Amino acid sequence: MDQDLKTELSKHGIFATSFEELYNWGRKNSVWPLTFGLACCAIEMIATTMARYDLARFGAEVFRPSPRQADLMIVSGTVTKKMAPQVVRLYNQMPEPKYVIAMGACAISGGPFRDGYNVLKGIDRYIPVDVHIPGCPPRPEALIHAFMTLQDKISAQHLTGESRPRHLKQDLPSEFPVPEFGEHGLEPQQNDEVFRNPLKVLQG
Amino acid sequence: MTLEEIRSRLEAFVPGCHAEIVVNGSPSAQNSLLIDRRHGLQTAMYLRDHPELQLDFCSNVTAVDWPDREETETIKTRKIVDGVEKEVEETKKTTIPGYLEVVYHLFSIAKKEGPVVLRMHTANRTDDVTLQSLTPVWRSAEFQEREAFDLFGIVFEGHPDLRRILMWEGFTDHPMRKDYVPPPDDDLELLAVSKPGA
Repeated sequence: MDQDLKTELSKHGIFATSFEELYNWGRKNSVWPLTFGLACCAIEMIATTMARYDLARFGAEVFRPSPRQADLMIVSGTVTKKMAPQVVRLYNQMPEPKYVIAMGACAISGGPFRDGYNVLKGIDRYIPVDVHIPGCPPRPEALIHAFMTLQDKISAQHLTGESRPRHLKQDLPSEFPVPEFGEHGLEPQQNDEVFRNPLKVLQG
Repeated sequence: MTLEEIRSRLEAFVPGCHAEIVVNGSPSAQNSLLIDRRHGLQTAMYLRDHPELQLDFCSNVTAVDWPDREETETIKTRKIVDGVEKEVEETKKTTIPGYLEVVYHLFSIAKKEGPVVLRMHTANRTDDVTLQSLTPVWRSAEFQEREAFDLFGIVFEGHPDLRRILMWEGFTDHPMRKDYVPPPDDDLELLAVSKPGA
């Protein structure tokens, strides 16, 4: 529907919308995150939900203790190689549609611990990440900004057509392989279905 | 009791024990006792049970990797070169074999004294990496000896439950050793920027 016509109609007290807009409006204002924290970023995430920053204003105050009831995974903190399989498993247990915010330097790249033998160099190696936030740790405002970015992303999703999101495409996976503990590290080292391999990006 | 007194008592009362003082040159001057690896357990029992020492608490166990190192010496010798005597410099290289070292920090809660720092060396850092476990003497050493086993590969004889504690079962490396290298394709981003035009 034409935006100008909608504005014109609303001036006359007529509210017009599409089912898609209504549906996405409902979805974006009831994103329930998973109660799940890995390190110091989790403290900042908790602060974001409390009275001072009040994530409840965005409809995301109900942190769910079960992945079965959660829509959003906030990967808040360093993902060690020993923890990575559990993070992927939790993601797999969440029902579609599901979203991931990688919060902080560690979750997006390994951060200050990147050179450690025990640290995963970014959770996007195994699961698709919707919003990355840098920071060590990011301030609550940054997490709120990431959350609003995610809301914009949700409201821009089309329910039909080729550009519809993953959860509406039957043939696309909603679960991703859980890495296994190998002799020298995780096997495989990344999931090439999800990860933008920098070597391949450079090769074009 | 000073460290020197402890050392001479150990040599007197623990049969066959050889102990030497490792001097710490820093302002803290926290010297330590290097015990030969065959008498670790006996030494520990003595230190814990002696009424004047009563080192009843082991606060910390850690390890150090000393890799093989090369020392070069230059020796000046006189040699006859083409019928003329000349002073020639020769460099001599000697390889000093490395070892793994384990460090224990002991305190006496009864005497309010400490720390007494114990060190022990393995024979080398490849095939003979066994040391006596001190967990039977101080229970608090259990997890920290497991950590030294996990990250440095020191095998503690007499440990009740010697398994990896931080890395997973099936991991074969010892990441805190000086010569540890992570898998080459672990850091793909670094690989991408360090290989221009790849």
